Amino acid sequence: MQEQDIIEIRWHGRGGQGAITAAKIVARAAFESGYPGVVMIPTFGTERRGAPVITSLKIARHKIYDLSVIEEPDIVVVLDHLLLGEVDVGAGLRDGGLLVINTPFMPEAYTRDGIHVATADVNSIASQAGLPYGVVNTGIIGALARATAIFDTDMLSRVIREEFEGRRPHENVKAALLTFDNTRLGGGVWDPGNVDR
Amino acid sequence: MSIIESGNVAAALGVKLCRANVIAAYPITPQTPLTEKLSELVESGEMNAEYIPVESEHSALGVCIAASSTGARAFTATSANGLLYMHEQLHWAAGARLPIVMCVANRGVGAPWTVWNDQQDSLSQRDTGWIQLYAADHQEIINTVIKAYYVAEQTSIPVMVCYDGYILSHTHMPFEVPDQEKVDAFLPPFRPNYALDPSMPANLNTVTLPEPRNNIRGELAHGYMELRYLLHEGMIRAIEVVGEAEQRFNEIFSVSGTAYMDMYKCDDATYIAVAMGSLSLHLRVVADILRDEGIKLGIIGIKLYRPFPCGIVADALKDRDGIIVMEKAISYGYVGPLYSDICSCLYTQGLDGPSPGFPYVHNYILGLGGRTIRTIDLMDAIRPICTGKRIKDQPGWIGLKI
Repeated sequence: MQEQDIIEIRWHGRGGQGAITAAKIVARAAFESGYPGVVMIPTFGTERRGAPVITSLKIARHKIYDLSVIEEPDIVVVLDHLLLGEVDVGAGLRDGGLLVINTPFMPEAYTRDGIHVATADVNSIASQAGLPYGVVNTGIIGALARATAIFDTDMLSRVIREEFEGRRPHENVKAALLTFDNTRLGGGVWDPGNVDR
Repeated sequence: MSIIESGNVAAALGVKLCRANVIAAYPITPQTPLTEKLSELVESGEMNAEYIPVESEHSALGVCIAASSTGARAFTATSANGLLYMHEQLHWAAGARLPIVMCVANRGVGAPWTVWNDQQDSLSQRDTGWIQLYAADHQEIINTVIKAYYVAEQTSIPVMVCYDGYILSHTHMPFEVPDQEKVDAFLPPFRPNYALDPSMPANLNTVTLPEPRNNIRGELAHGYMELRYLLHEGMIRAIEVVGEAEQRFNEIFSVSGTAYMDMYKCDDATYIAVAMGSLSLHLRVVADILRDEGIKLGIIGIKLYRPFPCGIVADALKDRDGIIVMEKAISYGYVGPLYSDICSCLYTQGLDGPSPGFPYVHNYILGLGGRTIRTIDLMDAIRPICTGKRIKDQPGWIGLKI
């Protein structure tokens, strides 16, 4: 068992935005893509709708025993770029790590030494896919899928369809796939091997 | 079937598989999603049970006591101050020898309010006569709920299944959902020795005199003290029943669980860290890292806390150089409750006094009210003990900022 083998993804969203659902979907997609060790640990404070929230997703080829909150993530996913003005979303992000942001701006706007950045304008893309404005949690997973190689789009589509059964599954899948196609990568596809641990 | 869900859902699915007949609960964080899930399962018809919403935890257990007295398989769940509000009914359920199962999503106790995890709530209910089992991950939660009904019904003693609030209750991880057929084979329908019946009215648990005396049918009936002795004796016998349940479960489900303790790298260990719940698994990471430094650390996760499997625990610990007991609870003014139990069981093991080579036993309090438990902090706390540090004043505190 090696602690270093764990891919740690910290999610920043707002209460009600569905960050936990998004992380749960990625957990399942990773699990079914050959990562038997997945844990999704929501952080609960005294939050209410709209307030910043965090959830920790850890992915590994082995069972994970440390269920503490992620402090040094490999990947940070941000569901609303305005959070950058309120929360230090990059806190502890490892050298060689990846920042995925829902934002209308290009990756260059967020460039930091040693950090890969991927951006997508999920608000607009998800609307095009037929989701109400502001529903971004499936779109952002498409951006994460594009920026990493943890799971492919077939797996993503299937897991989203099942999770959203009876709740616009078609539009949610479409939002993820459209975002996948329209994600702007600041560098190449992120490789866990590049992270300085 | 393998699914990824929360610990609360794992518990709820276990209750469903056990075909509980009556569920009564009052919402309290972080338990609430468990009983919400059960209410959905009852509402949708997937579960054939009476779901009785009540106005308090005291009433929730009161309903379970009444239901269990009629021979129903009853379930409730709670946390923290909700459990404490049940306190009087906890004694009642055990004294009445009712095989109720309750989940406790462990949470710190107010005042001041906290919704986050520690184990002060259930540990402070240690002496109510309930069997207490602690689960360390979701697989253990669902499996332990199923075993709990078997143990409760074999011993006529209620069982608390405890798991860490938030850390397990709200974390999602993969686990296997046991097959219904196999659960049915493991857990036959509940056939009580005695059940209330409207056609045969009776008084239960009425005033019982200090001395035995004849009952209404002219038979010599136990006095209060005899009933207390029998509850204690039943608890002692429950140690065997818990072992038997584990064996039976392992055979039917083709798994290899352990009943009393989870042991990790203990064979050659000179030091052992002991904990209950999710912390016992987290400590495995510490053992791996410290072993790379040449420290022979093993980990024991205690699963059965009451009745305390004293002989088994003492055998596993007595020949080590040192023991480190890590606890999310404290008996104010003394030490952690598990530390007392472990020292006591090591001391009495030889019956005539301390067993030879009585190891140094260290106590750490940590993680109260959801204080983050970091691997690095655990390593920094455990390493000095394993390299010879000894202190007289117990306990030590990890991460205290005072």
